Amino acid sequence: MPRMPLECPLPNEPDDRVLLAHGEGGGLMRRLLAEHILPRLGHDPSLPPDDAVVLPPINGLPVLTTDAFVVSPLFFPGGDIGSLAVYGTINDLAVRGAQPLWLTLSMVLEEGLPLSVLHRVLESMASAAKRCGVRIVAGDTKVVPRGSVDGLFLTTTGLGRLVDPAPTGSATIEIGDVLLVSGPVGRHGVAILVAREQMPFDPPPTSDCGPLWEATAALRTAGVRVRALRDATRGGVTAVLHEWARDCGHTLVIDEARVPVTPEVRGVCELLGFDPLAVANEGTMVAAVAAEDAEAALAALRRVPGHDAAAAIGEVRARKSIPVLKRALGREHPLVEPSGAPFPRIC
Amino acid sequence: MKYVDEFRDASVVDRLLEAIRRRTTRRRTIMEICGGQTHGLLRSGIDAALSDVVELVHGPGCPVCVTSASLIDRAIELARRPNVIVTTFGDMLRVPGSGESLVGARATGARVRAVYSPLDAVALAEKNPDDEFVFFAVGFETTAPATALAVLHANRRGIRNFSLLSAHVRVQPAMEAILAAPDNRVESFLAAGHVATVVGYESYADLCRRYRVPIVVTGFEPIDLAAGILACVEQLETGRAAVENRYGRSARSEGNRHAVRVLEQVYEPCDREWRGLGKMPGGGLRLRDAWRRFDAEHRFEIFTPAAAESSVCRSGEVLSGRIKPHQCPAFGRECTPDRPLGAPMVSSEGACAAYFHHRPDAGPQLVEITSR
Repeated sequence: MPRMPLECPLPNEPDDRVLLAHGEGGGLMRRLLAEHILPRLGHDPSLPPDDAVVLPPINGLPVLTTDAFVVSPLFFPGGDIGSLAVYGTINDLAVRGAQPLWLTLSMVLEEGLPLSVLHRVLESMASAAKRCGVRIVAGDTKVVPRGSVDGLFLTTTGLGRLVDPAPTGSATIEIGDVLLVSGPVGRHGVAILVAREQMPFDPPPTSDCGPLWEATAALRTAGVRVRALRDATRGGVTAVLHEWARDCGHTLVIDEARVPVTPEVRGVCELLGFDPLAVANEGTMVAAVAAEDAEAALAALRRVPGHDAAAAIGEVRARKSIPVLKRALGREHPLVEPSGAPFPRIC
Repeated sequence: MKYVDEFRDASVVDRLLEAIRRRTTRRRTIMEICGGQTHGLLRSGIDAALSDVVELVHGPGCPVCVTSASLIDRAIELARRPNVIVTTFGDMLRVPGSGESLVGARATGARVRAVYSPLDAVALAEKNPDDEFVFFAVGFETTAPATALAVLHANRRGIRNFSLLSAHVRVQPAMEAILAAPDNRVESFLAAGHVATVVGYESYADLCRRYRVPIVVTGFEPIDLAAGILACVEQLETGRAAVENRYGRSARSEGNRHAVRVLEQVYEPCDREWRGLGKMPGGGLRLRDAWRRFDAEHRFEIFTPAAAESSVCRSGEVLSGRIKPHQCPAFGRECTPDRPLGAPMVSSEGACAAYFHHRPDAGPQLVEITSR
């Protein structure tokens, strides 16, 4: 339509970006939801969007978790903030022994965010949720002035059902138990760092951003006596081991040579002086299992797509002097808790 | 991984350690200059394995550690100015000045950014012409050519809002100061392989002759370190004192000519205050007069009171090899990598951090358990 400068001026605003008015609750907001958000999340168009949702009863104890996602950059090799927000929350449920069922989504959008970016993020969320068989059933959208957030921040809350038998908990870890990881460690933190700093590594390291529900279900189906599971996110495997060592009062001994690390992660860590054990993962977990079940656990994990590099990395010993050890060139070292400083905003 | 795994072969390391043991007729005192070597020795356990025949004294070769508190205070003072952004390497951020660190200052409004390359700092300046970007340049002769290149690059591109706060240090004056100290115990040096890669090792000959001390250019992997120690021991046992290169895959006697040229084009030696070691004649690098417009100390008037060092932290004695990190009463108690009192506990090249991470007998966990 040609512009008529002498007519009463209509607001002439770009229609390809998020505006503050999109968050004000009027017609613009209704259209943002109806045209840009709900269809991409698989919302049934015949149902009016509502602020709250009534869910059917579940067979078992409900398990609830929530997580905020502020990763920078929004898109990185192997994932994006959308898939991360789905898998991150689902994985928190899965390692607690719950089957993930429903998610809610809260979005804080920056004024001026291109709608195409929002579309990509939402489509990625929908595809991740579909892969895990969960539905996004309620949500909220806020828009804040430019500069108040960096693109968009997401919060997802996940509801699942506790499946029997669940891991017995890190306090039940026993001497002789075997420690496993479900895949190569440190991929997410390294991928984010390299993408954010635009380091020219070729090929670029990719994140392990992905679901753990199938892997945890495979352990249960195989009848493995699982003491504890944890997705090794911020602080990596080291942070998990420290927490478990405190909980169970034993020494967790890791054999560095048995820890799976991809060549890309190893290269970046060697260059920049990081320990892959202390670098974040977003689709890799640590497991403590009964020693007799370790082989069965590894076999079950390796059958799950994406977990074929699962490996036993250590064992649980009676506590002597120090909570956690590792070996390099055959010598034992304390495994110091990471302080996390080099890796801000990785999830 | 190429150039890494073949230098970590445990059986080769064991053979070298055995040779060192056979060759020594009395306990020798050898200083590894570089903090990267300290970490390599501790991580591989070579220091402990040889402790009855060789005492390894940890040298001051951690540029972050020897940066004076007053220089850090200056960087913070600049970062607090409304239009100034201070960029530096990540290792520098958590090192305490006389009060707070750059990270601490950032939490209360100072503008500080970590970069991985000095050229990134120039790129930031170019992208944001309304702000002043000061690169807090830390490092030995290894990193100085890169910051010199950043100055040349900024000059070529006509970037006016970029300057350097130079904390660069030179390794040889420090080696000489250690040898000249009346209570010196160091009989031989493992010289820093990467410094030699850049500036060569011809200039060590004079030091070697004057003090009759074997100097062996050494790398950072376990086999490099063990081979370097063996070469020191061989010389000491045969009464020789020569400069020897055991880092042949990287270091050449003349160094990297291009890097040396760039370094000399931009910098000149100056006296520099080293944390823990005091004023070091010729121990620093400053911008030559021709590049003064890129010198932050020239561009800004910086007023910071003389900085007092922590009274508990004994990093000065650690840095000069007088005590081992775990002999400091604060080690692992008041001073940890999370709450450091001194730079050697912060830096990835710091000796205190090396002990904290790699020595189970010195580690904090032991303190925690036994104190129950």
